[in-house]
Amino acid sequence: MTDGPAIEVSRVSKIYRRYSHRKQFATLKSALLSRSLISNLRPDETFTALNDVSLTVPRGRTLGVIGRNGSGKSTLLKLVAGITKPSTGTVKVAGRISALIELGAGFHPEISGRENVFINGIMLGLTKREVARRFDEIVEFAEMKEFIDAPVKTYSSGMYMRLGFAVAIHVDPDVLLVDEVLAVGDEGFTHKCLDKFAEFKRRGKTILLVTHALGLVERFCDEALWLDAGRIKGSGDPKRIVGAYITDVEHREEQELAAGDAKARETAARAVVSPDEPAAAVLPDNPIETATGPGDMFRAAEGRWGSREVEITDVTLAAATGEPAHVFHAGEPVEVRIRLRAPLAVDDFVVGIGIFNAEGVCCYGTNTSIEQLAPERLIGDAEATFAIESLDLVEGTYKLDVAVHKVDGYPYDYHRLLHTFRVKSREKDVGIYRPRHTWRFAGDVRFKQPPAESRDRQA
Amino acid sequence: MFGNLAQLPRYRGLIQSLVARELKARYRGSILGFFWSFINPLMLLLIYTFVFKYVMPAAVKGADPYPLFMFCGLLPWTWFASSLMESSGVLISGGNLIKKVLFPAEILPIVTVTANMIHFFLALPILVVFLIWYRAPLTVPELLCFPLVVAVQFVFTLACALILSALTVHFRDIRDILANVLTLWFFATPIIYPYLSIPETAKPFMRFMNLNPFAHIAISYQEILFFPGPFGHWKWLAALGVASVLFFLFAYWVFDRLRDSFAEEV
Repeated sequence: MTDGPAIEVSRVSKIYRRYSHRKQFATLKSALLSRSLISNLRPDETFTALNDVSLTVPRGRTLGVIGRNGSGKSTLLKLVAGITKPSTGTVKVAGRISALIELGAGFHPEISGRENVFINGIMLGLTKREVARRFDEIVEFAEMKEFIDAPVKTYSSGMYMRLGFAVAIHVDPDVLLVDEVLAVGDEGFTHKCLDKFAEFKRRGKTILLVTHALGLVERFCDEALWLDAGRIKGSGDPKRIVGAYITDVEHREEQELAAGDAKARETAARAVVSPDEPAAAVLPDNPIETATGPGDMFRAAEGRWGSREVEITDVTLAAATGEPAHVFHAGEPVEVRIRLRAPLAVDDFVVGIGIFNAEGVCCYGTNTSIEQLAPERLIGDAEATFAIESLDLVEGTYKLDVAVHKVDGYPYDYHRLLHTFRVKSREKDVGIYRPRHTWRFAGDVRFKQPPAESRDRQA
Repeated sequence: MFGNLAQLPRYRGLIQSLVARELKARYRGSILGFFWSFINPLMLLLIYTFVFKYVMPAAVKGADPYPLFMFCGLLPWTWFASSLMESSGVLISGGNLIKKVLFPAEILPIVTVTANMIHFFLALPILVVFLIWYRAPLTVPELLCFPLVVAVQFVFTLACALILSALTVHFRDIRDILANVLTLWFFATPIIYPYLSIPETAKPFMRFMNLNPFAHIAISYQEILFFPGPFGHWKWLAALGVASVLFFLFAYWVFDRLRDSFAEEV
């Protein structure tokens, strides 16, 4: 074997054709008569999945490819696997490839697992004798001993995938292409797969990994590549690239939430103002009951109502920097700024706020009346800021209720679930509330050194 | 193209296993299983024999014993027709393989044609029983030609299968058209009636008979197995053999041309 790189992709573009029924005839004719398959199609009928992508993976390295859905990751993998041809550019791969793209593709449901293992192995490039030699290992890896002689159609989807994975991994490739297949089987099996990958790495094999599991990329890959809309947006150190990618995702979410908020507010603004609506029950007095009762699920719909004697003109969420934001990290300080306008003076007013999670469960609710603030006077433009020192919520999307009403509940202006924000957290803890906490241990209790990644996080 | 063609022998093992799988899977789950390979042609034979012996005997003058005559043409036709029907859909139903596994697509039509050939072979013992029962006038030199006919038919069928499978990916309509074309083709071929019994009124159409490749294949089988006298049709068969090889090369060229589009279209 030569010393060149294991995978070399240079200036590759992949253009998919999309055409109407009528156009198909023209395409077939041109396919047969001329070589210019793509060039005589109009641009609105093509879709560029990859745009001028170049990359090199040296032998023995592991490259993780990340990016949003539709960014061209799988297309790249298929090109490297040789399943599709690039529209322009060249792809060179040295050595035997095994592509874990679709596990068990080509299994025939009617015949036994045993026969399928043989056929699948041969399809992936082994000889019959090679499959026979590895057969026991494959079956053991797939944990399928009892079922190997049953027809594949009787397998559960997990069994199917495991067997497919086991065959593909035992092909003993020089270059392994993996497309989001670590989600096969249970936790135990996933670990086994990862161990197998690690073994491949140790043996100096090249791996190209397409995944949404960013932690895996950071932990496992020597290098990361970030694809966005068919172009390379970054490549290099996995931690740096994953970090940049996460920031970008948050930025997009931020924009989406802002757009969603604006839309919700617009809808609410057009809604009929009905002061008689007995809406006040929602907030401060009994927020939890309102949010959880099944009859109230319907009432949990977003909306806006009230007499508008006092109007909420604007609601802004702001991060520590003071910048308006919609995405926050757990533990950050957050401010909710409520701009109010009272054309005439009022002396009976309560400002309230409620935080609901995506299931509609009230995580927290309070108002000025509960907190013993006796109203005296409100007139003209004013601002109320609800400052949270530390946003101790678990990861997820949350909605806000914001209201001004009388002490007896008569609503001036009630914003029901109109404002959305998202909490990001690297801890995947569960529940609705994260108390400030630490762990302490007494006696002979010891933990292993945390892996590099989590040390970084603490630093 | 020739590079790809030269690679094919490397996939022998795969073709073998896929054919075996095809045969095993086909009758898996049915009670009579593998015997359907015998029963199906027998049933067809029974139906046609009933129709042509009792309902309209005039049409098949000169073909006695009729069951034996018909069998000589019907078995090869079944191989041919089911190969074409199946291969027209084979790339689409095997789409998963083409899209997800690096895999030369022509293997799929090859497997279809080969599996159907094995079925043909499996049905041959019945034909042998018929031949012995009716004391057919067999001669050794004629029987030696039998494998040649099979070979010509194999190449011809494979060429048709390659073209059909590749084109059906782009025009799904072909499958429906094909069913009708095959029916017409069946009746236009001297399988259920002997070539010589075609009435005067139909003769103008029969001029085209020589253009029907399968007619030569059917007549060859019939001359070898059924009609007494030497195998006089061999010139036609040889010509068809040469034409089939050329046709196969053309079909492979078309297939090769369209190959890159399969992964995107199926």
